[in-house]
Amino acid sequence: MSAFTQISASLVRTLAMARKEFRQLVRDRPTLGFVVGIPTLQLILFGYAINLDVRHVPTVVLDRSQSELSRRIVGELGATQTFDVVGSIESERAAIRMLESGRAGAVVLIPPDFEQRIYRGRGAEISILADASNPTVATAVALAGQGYGSSLNARMQPFITGADSAALRLVPEGRERFGPDRDLVRGEAVRIEVLPFYNPERRTAVFIVPGLVGVILTMTMMLMTALAIVRERERGTFEFLIATPIRRGEVMIGKILPYLVVGHIQVGLILLLGALLFSVPIQGSLFDLGVGALPFLASMLSMGLVVSSVARTQFQATQLSFFFFLPSMLLSGFMFPFEAMPRAAQWIGEVLPLTHFLRIVRGVLLKGAPIESLAWEVAAILAFMIAALALATLTFRKRLE
Amino acid sequence: MTPPADGDAIVAARRVSRRFGAVVAVDEVSFTVRRGEIFGCLGPNGSGKSTLMRMLLGLLAPSAGNFEVLGYTVPPDAERLRPSVGYMTQRFSLYADLSVRENLEFASEIFGVSLRGRRARVDRAIEEFGLGSYAGTRAESLSGGWKQRLALATATIHDPELLVLDEPTAGVDPENRRDFWEKLFELANAGRTILVSTHYMDEAARCHRLLVLRDGKRAALDSPGALTGHLAGRALDVESDSPDRAIAALRRFDLVRSTTQLGSTVHVLLHPDAPDASDAADAVGAFLAAEEISAARVRPSSANLEDVFVALLHGEVLDREDAA
Repeated sequence: MSAFTQISASLVRTLAMARKEFRQLVRDRPTLGFVVGIPTLQLILFGYAINLDVRHVPTVVLDRSQSELSRRIVGELGATQTFDVVGSIESERAAIRMLESGRAGAVVLIPPDFEQRIYRGRGAEISILADASNPTVATAVALAGQGYGSSLNARMQPFITGADSAALRLVPEGRERFGPDRDLVRGEAVRIEVLPFYNPERRTAVFIVPGLVGVILTMTMMLMTALAIVRERERGTFEFLIATPIRRGEVMIGKILPYLVVGHIQVGLILLLGALLFSVPIQGSLFDLGVGALPFLASMLSMGLVVSSVARTQFQATQLSFFFFLPSMLLSGFMFPFEAMPRAAQWIGEVLPLTHFLRIVRGVLLKGAPIESLAWEVAAILAFMIAALALATLTFRKRLE
Repeated sequence: MTPPADGDAIVAARRVSRRFGAVVAVDEVSFTVRRGEIFGCLGPNGSGKSTLMRMLLGLLAPSAGNFEVLGYTVPPDAERLRPSVGYMTQRFSLYADLSVRENLEFASEIFGVSLRGRRARVDRAIEEFGLGSYAGTRAESLSGGWKQRLALATATIHDPELLVLDEPTAGVDPENRRDFWEKLFELANAGRTILVSTHYMDEAARCHRLLVLRDGKRAALDSPGALTGHLAGRALDVESDSPDRAIAALRRFDLVRSTTQLGSTVHVLLHPDAPDASDAADAVGAFLAAEEISAARVRPSSANLEDVFVALLHGEVLDREDAA
């Protein structure tokens, strides 16, 4: 056989293979949908979610000074866009609870003698506690806090030294209350100190590894049950199963139970490796983490069952899982700061169990938060789980068509 | 085998139809199955046997009509029927990666065999079906015949009143098929009712009664004997040195409906308008002689189920009035 005929025969075979593949692809409608759907979804999600300008960090204020000046400063902080003043609190303990539960990313502490120290020229200090478990947010808080601090100082300094200036406009009255005598002991009239909490060195691994617990579980748990019912269909055991008296809910829960154990083993493994390889601290109770992980695992397994009831082949199930996995990873605050996402993306994020689980896992591991302070997150996950399980049960038919 | 008495119907199909898109898989089929009988469902591939059985079990919704099975109306009450029915699917549908014993245990638990009796029941099934030496073997490594025994053992683990077997012996060697049918008769003699589909004529012949399906329609329903009885006097056997030439010639002869070669013998089904076989034999012999086909010996023979099938295929009506 000549080289030419050999090459042309090979070409025919290659093209025959390509044509066959193309025909199969075109006939697999769901897959064809993914060809269009995945890039669209990915583009939209990445485009909107990737935004490293952190804005609107939920901030609470512990204003012990309760002065007009302190209120003005809080107002100005809120106007920086980095801080979103969502409330005021009464005690340091409450401040810690807000940080622990992730309801606040920053706490502004204004001491009782703030106003007095300013006017006396003793150098007043405002502390901002930043939740550094997320280094990106902590950095943004530090930059904004320090930036505002130096601008405030610049405005206050002339006032302290007696010069008539913009500071007078900030503090139109009150001067009289403290009298004219000032004992200037500090170089700076006012200082804003940002204290990174929980992860003082702002190490990325400390932030990422606990988050990975959630991400890895999302991926593995969902895939396990996503294949569960489809596999019965593909292997033919489905027909045996539906001819038995087993109820739909029993199938669903029976499919989930073993993986709850598997999931907890995975949690342990990731934490162990995180501690060994990345020195990720475990501040809180592992029992609390387990309590938080249980509904999360169940919610991911239930979502997998939804996928499995809808998909016709294991291939489709894998692709559908990916469809859910993608927004989970991008909109949960795992990779990109939740605070930096647009409102609509945050709403979607609030629905996803991973968003809430990340708050739990970071709260417990990095901040030592007790699970009670994260009850709201657990409730949100439970709501999702119940909805998913109900949907999976309803879409699962003990029928062949 | 004594056929069960009339009247005690435990399954009734009432004008059941099922369409898949434009295709009518089952077309207004009615029949009744009596308690304790082996009721066969015979038809070629695609004649609607599996669809009919799946609908009867409530696994597939009929487009029209319904069933009364063990006193329950199907589809609506299908779930309540489950504990009393054993089903063996056409394709092996047990868990390939579980062992024989594990499959049986799983089925016994799901079918609600009582906790105390469960172990003994599984042991008994293993012994009864001779699965002892394979108890720990994974189902996937069993041969066809053993898989099928396991499937029957599983389908009967909860001692169901009714067994529905969809082509249970497809792809199984003759010896295993014999064993399997012995088992079915044991079950029938113990009072179980068995609904079995097949496309093997020898198996169909062993049923108490046969429902013959053609293109989704009920073509006939009667005992195998009665069905072949309708064709009495219509079959001939022709022995010849050159059966191929004999067949070619016979197909041109207007008294002949169909021919089947069995070695050097050609089995002939005569046309319904033809005279009785004893008379037609001479005519056929003369015809073959005229066609110069040597050493042809023609004698009347008895009709078999294949003849029934051919006759039905040509639209002949062999049905008695029965349940309509």
